[in-house]
Amino acid sequence: MPSVDQASEAMTAKGARGHGEVIISFENLSLSFGSKLILDNINLDVARGEFLCVIGPSGCGKTTMLRLLAGLLTPSAGQILYQGLPVSGPRPDVAVLFQDYVKALLPWRTVFGNVSLALEAAQVPRKLRRDKIMAHLELVGLADHAEKYPTQLSGGMQQRLQIARCLAQDPEVLLMDEPFGALDAMTRQALQDEMQELASVSGCTIFFVTHDLEEAVYLGDRVIGLLPHPGRVGREFEVNISRPRDQLTTPEKPEFLQLRHELYSFIKLVEHG
Amino acid sequence: MDLKQTIVDRPSHINWRALVLPILVILGLEIGGHVLPLETEFWPVPSQIATAGWAALLNGSLLNATLETLTAATLGLLLGGSVGLAGGITLGLFPVANKLLTFSIEAVRPIPPTAIIPVALLVLGAGMTMEVSIVAFSAAWPILIFTRSAIQSVEPRLIEVSKVLCLGFFSRVWKIVLPAALPRIFVALRLAVAIALVVCVTVEVTANPIGLGYGMRVAQQALRPDLMFAYLVWIGVVGWSLNLLLTSLQKLLVWRQADEGR
Repeated sequence: MPSVDQASEAMTAKGARGHGEVIISFENLSLSFGSKLILDNINLDVARGEFLCVIGPSGCGKTTMLRLLAGLLTPSAGQILYQGLPVSGPRPDVAVLFQDYVKALLPWRTVFGNVSLALEAAQVPRKLRRDKIMAHLELVGLADHAEKYPTQLSGGMQQRLQIARCLAQDPEVLLMDEPFGALDAMTRQALQDEMQELASVSGCTIFFVTHDLEEAVYLGDRVIGLLPHPGRVGREFEVNISRPRDQLTTPEKPEFLQLRHELYSFIKLVEHG
Repeated sequence: MDLKQTIVDRPSHINWRALVLPILVILGLEIGGHVLPLETEFWPVPSQIATAGWAALLNGSLLNATLETLTAATLGLLLGGSVGLAGGITLGLFPVANKLLTFSIEAVRPIPPTAIIPVALLVLGAGMTMEVSIVAFSAAWPILIFTRSAIQSVEPRLIEVSKVLCLGFFSRVWKIVLPAALPRIFVALRLAVAIALVVCVTVEVTANPIGLGYGMRVAQQALRPDLMFAYLVWIGVVGWSLNLLLTSLQKLLVWRQADEGR
């Protein structure tokens, strides 16, 4: 746990959002691969419980930011503070949901076994696992498919399974890398709503990378627009749309349309100078 | 699932049409041997081979020789296989070890196992130990090479999953890397079994006075071509059965994941 001092210091230092304590802060973060600068001087605070969406054209380093946050990459300069301490590697309370669910699931384990992996990693005793696993499968609607193998599930169900595995980690923060990008429109909408629900129930802080502007507005409390070559924070968009949001009515709201318009102009401007 | 259908159908249904050619050849040899004015002393007809084989089976000599050959092959496989597996896992997991050892491996690996026979004879003398060592030497390489490449080609995403879940090193190897590499390691095992049988019989035919290869040699020197051919056919049967056994085992292991879960 961070000390109150550290947290409040971080908040005042970078003018964090009004609500909540800062859980993650990027501090002058840069990353280069060889001589190529990928991310340039990123400064960003994420509040506890916030649903933060990150958008930007391809090559702007959205996924790289997520991988740094996950501890899969090490910054070249600056640092990321997680609960006041620098991120030095993967942590059990930070879960990552990958876009390519086909590759991220263990094909030789059942649905049950895939969720079990997270509990085995956390060294939960075998006796306690079954109930936890079934509870998480119940949460994502896969309880009836516990004995199936991932290859026998549809894309949407496979991604649900990955979500269940992430939730089984009992994470404080959930990092999602274009999680619904490979799904068809209907499944995507269903999963967006489930995610919205799960986020509010679990209270997780969510760092959500997407290239779908409407998805970002629909899900996020705040949307960060990145600029490419090298990747940096371009603009922040507050999403002041009441929750729970609804696939039918929310996109018709003037606030939604306004934000969609602004995001679209931002991306357009970035892409065409 | 079409894929599953073909996989399951293959071992359980013997294609009887495939037996037409072998039966015709056997019949042809039998009839030809009786009708044509050939010197049949060194070219026994199938019925003579079968009779000799049956006799060897009944007096136990054939089974005894089979047991010796299979023992040598199994022990050699276990020894060479575990060394190869351990080496392949180490080299696959640690690029540094791989860089250090690749040259040495590539220098030793091309030595034909048959070239080891004189060395082994001199150092270990004839007998089971020498044969086991040569089999181990020959079986270790394919297992090592396949295991290494299988481990190197494990889906990187799965490794990342194990990292973000904070699985420890040994759990990562045991729960992610090995299961992911298993199908390809099994291919190596099948290859190694075939090599082991070849090497055993070669060692027995050329040097070692045990097993099926030695049985063939004795039959040849005793001018018993019928018995010699019986051994030859029997070796074929043994090899075929081993392969069948391994194929079934592989299907059980590898395709379990494609099972409908019923």
